[in-house]
Amino acid sequence: MTIEHIARTANFRIYRYDPDKDAAPYMQEISVELDPTDRKLLDALVRLKSKDDSLSFRRSCREGVCGSDAMNINGKNGLACLTDIDSLPQPITLRPLPGLPVIRDLIVDMTQFFKQYHSIKPYVVNNTPPPERERLQSPEEREELNGLYECILCACCSTACPSFWWNPDKFVGPAGLLAAYRFIADTRDEETNERLDNLEDPYRLFRCHTIMNCVDVCPKSLNPTKAIGKIKELMLSRAV
Amino acid sequence: MVKRLVVGAHYGFGDWLLQRLTAVVMALYTVMFAIRLSMLTSYDVFAWYDLFSSGMMRFATFLFFMSLFYHAWVGVRDIFMDYVKPISVRLTLHAVVAFLLLGYAGWAAQILWRL
Repeated sequence: MTIEHIARTANFRIYRYDPDKDAAPYMQEISVELDPTDRKLLDALVRLKSKDDSLSFRRSCREGVCGSDAMNINGKNGLACLTDIDSLPQPITLRPLPGLPVIRDLIVDMTQFFKQYHSIKPYVVNNTPPPERERLQSPEEREELNGLYECILCACCSTACPSFWWNPDKFVGPAGLLAAYRFIADTRDEETNERLDNLEDPYRLFRCHTIMNCVDVCPKSLNPTKAIGKIKELMLSRAV
Repeated sequence: MVKRLVVGAHYGFGDWLLQRLTAVVMALYTVMFAIRLSMLTSYDVFAWYDLFSSGMMRFATFLFFMSLFYHAWVGVRDIFMDYVKPISVRLTLHAVVAFLLLGYAGWAAQILWRL
């Protein structure tokens, strides 16, 4: 069997902004010849960077684990390393994640995003003396954490959420709330009540109006809306 | 003075729950009202009077309006909280809407028990 080596070109429209040089952001039109082995958008971007090394974007693991290369691809947030280049209509429009301050080109300042993540205490709180070996969970208890712990904090979901755009300083956002439920659902954690208190606010949790943009864009196919619903259910069960 | 960000007004859950409960009340009333309308033999002002002459109908309609106004209060307040950032303007708008809705509730009662 022979592999046909068809010359492929990827045409891009890329958001460019270097605050040291540019007065305002602009869209750059640029093309790049792809190798037959280039399969993902990130491959094309790396190739593009060898052509124009002023282009800035984050990337690290290039396999959907580190969450660095999240960007807005043809209007939808996603990871460049998980997006098939051939699946994208051209020209491929790339912008930084919406709603966060742009540092340069496709790189955004994620301070606000991580501030919200830290506000939900993303760690198990257990003040009882630790047993000789680890704190055990039954398989059923561990099962509860599936679909929650896999979040890679790429910020695709939170930056696709209009509630997070309007109130990034007050609304925890889908990523933070998914993490919040991950620790509420953890049987080893002893701060469920405090965690629920922390979210019982018109802004922190209840800015979510269930439009499910977060579910639509999550590159790990997680469901923050479901986790948010479960937090609300727990609040209901302790209130009535 | 350093501007501090304050969150933690513990009314989020209550309002969220009441907004859903009031939606249920409105949905039930809408079905009930549609059935009552379809059962009318004539569609004139006398039939309308007759429909609202029972205390039960008046009570149900008033409950519907109260649900509508509370539901609207939470929704409109959410919009102000999202889009109106200066606290003084937001408080003024909250007050205007709150008193307007309270006025509407009184007006609804007056209309219902005048029929």
